[in-house]
Amino acid sequence: MTREEIRAAVLRTLGEIAPEADPATLVSDVPFRDQLDLDSMDHLNFVIALHAALQVEIPEADYPKLATLDACVDYLAAAATR
Amino acid sequence: MPILTADMSAGTLVEWRKRPGDALARGDTIAVVETDKGLIDIEVFTPGVLEKIIVQPGATVPTGAVLAIVRETTPAAAPSPAPPPRAPVVPPARRAVAPTAAPSDRVRISPLARKRAAELGIDPASVRGTGPGGSIRREDVEQAAAARAAAPAEKPRAPLDRQARARQAIGAAMARSKREIPHYYLATTIDMHRAMTWLAEQNLERPVADRLLYGVLLLKAVALALRDVPELNAVWRESEPVRSEAVHVGVAISLRGGGLVAPALHDTAGKSLGDLMRSFRDLVQRARSGGLRSSELSDPTITVTSLGEQGVESAFGIIFPPQVAIVGFGKIVERPWVVDGQVVARPVVTATLSADHRVSDGHRGGLFLAAVDRLLQEPGRL
Repeated sequence: MTREEIRAAVLRTLGEIAPEADPATLVSDVPFRDQLDLDSMDHLNFVIALHAALQVEIPEADYPKLATLDACVDYLAAAATR
Repeated sequence: MPILTADMSAGTLVEWRKRPGDALARGDTIAVVETDKGLIDIEVFTPGVLEKIIVQPGATVPTGAVLAIVRETTPAAAPSPAPPPRAPVVPPARRAVAPTAAPSDRVRISPLARKRAAELGIDPASVRGTGPGGSIRREDVEQAAAARAAAPAEKPRAPLDRQARARQAIGAAMARSKREIPHYYLATTIDMHRAMTWLAEQNLERPVADRLLYGVLLLKAVALALRDVPELNAVWRESEPVRSEAVHVGVAISLRGGGLVAPALHDTAGKSLGDLMRSFRDLVQRARSGGLRSSELSDPTITVTSLGEQGVESAFGIIFPPQVAIVGFGKIVERPWVVDGQVVARPVVTATLSADHRVSDGHRGGLFLAAVDRLLQEPGRL
């Protein structure tokens, strides 16, 4: 899976959890939580959906590595090759 | 139209899920109603047969208005002819939620008058009582109904958007709570080191979809602590508290774009943490996308509000009538903490209790918060 495909999957997942998320205005290096009204339940659902969509294991200790769009793509691209 | 929350005054019938002649079993969804809290499935609490639909989809009616006529069935009466339908009959959902219905609970009203008010679609809170001590009699209700019928139709007001209506409704309910309930407030700081360590170990073992949020530990600790101070698990009816055997913790959930709803996590004390987490996820999802059930809105026996996500360290809630207590949790923060004479950094959370002084006092409230603390020190037993 390419980085662009991963990025699209992340944005699609985010859109399902926070419908107000607009890919056009989302700043890729600013934490999601500073841009969207997300709580820990939203974040858990985000991780669950990413796991289901990309078949990537995401330990709880790695949750901070999913804070921004750029960080998500980096982490998931690396995880996919493990 | 059932009164689903203390701040509800009307609802719009969106869809009937049953047709006249259909048999109704307990738990069936009979209709879908739109309120300020979104779309709510109205459940049946008494078995019967849907006799006649009164309110058509699209109509907005006040709480207490008759939506349909239902002929109740009684299992023991099977061989005998079916009983004649009562007309008009309060829909089952209304009958079921009436005991915990809030707006009329603080009104002094005779049972007969209450029944008549429901039949006529009159909110008892709007009736002036002429009985002893200002209590409402049947005649008062009928007079109010007659006055309503004779009154010229109200000029249509500019419709408020849903957010504005929700804010108005919450404001009215909270103002009534502060006006009528003598609140007292307590707070304590709880060391979360053991709970958070235990949670991290648990989540290491669990598949991602089964992982727990720390909020679930707090909910379960609250539910179990109510065993020590059961008077906090109650609703105020007429002029006295009625304790609930079941513990249905209402969870305050913020809605996207503003507003909140606090539906019940049924049997919070009896569920395992895994089951509780699944129910919690499902409840949050339905609260935000539509599909809450009427029982979830009418059943809470106490509420938990958790504002730690927003960064606040303590939250003192306003009691949701007819409940008699609300528990608040803030953000988990690292603070200096003394353990065995040494100052160490520990994750701590501020737990608060806002409770009704007519039902409990600070001593009992303090015991409750101490029990929550104690339970969180043994997370494996939750």
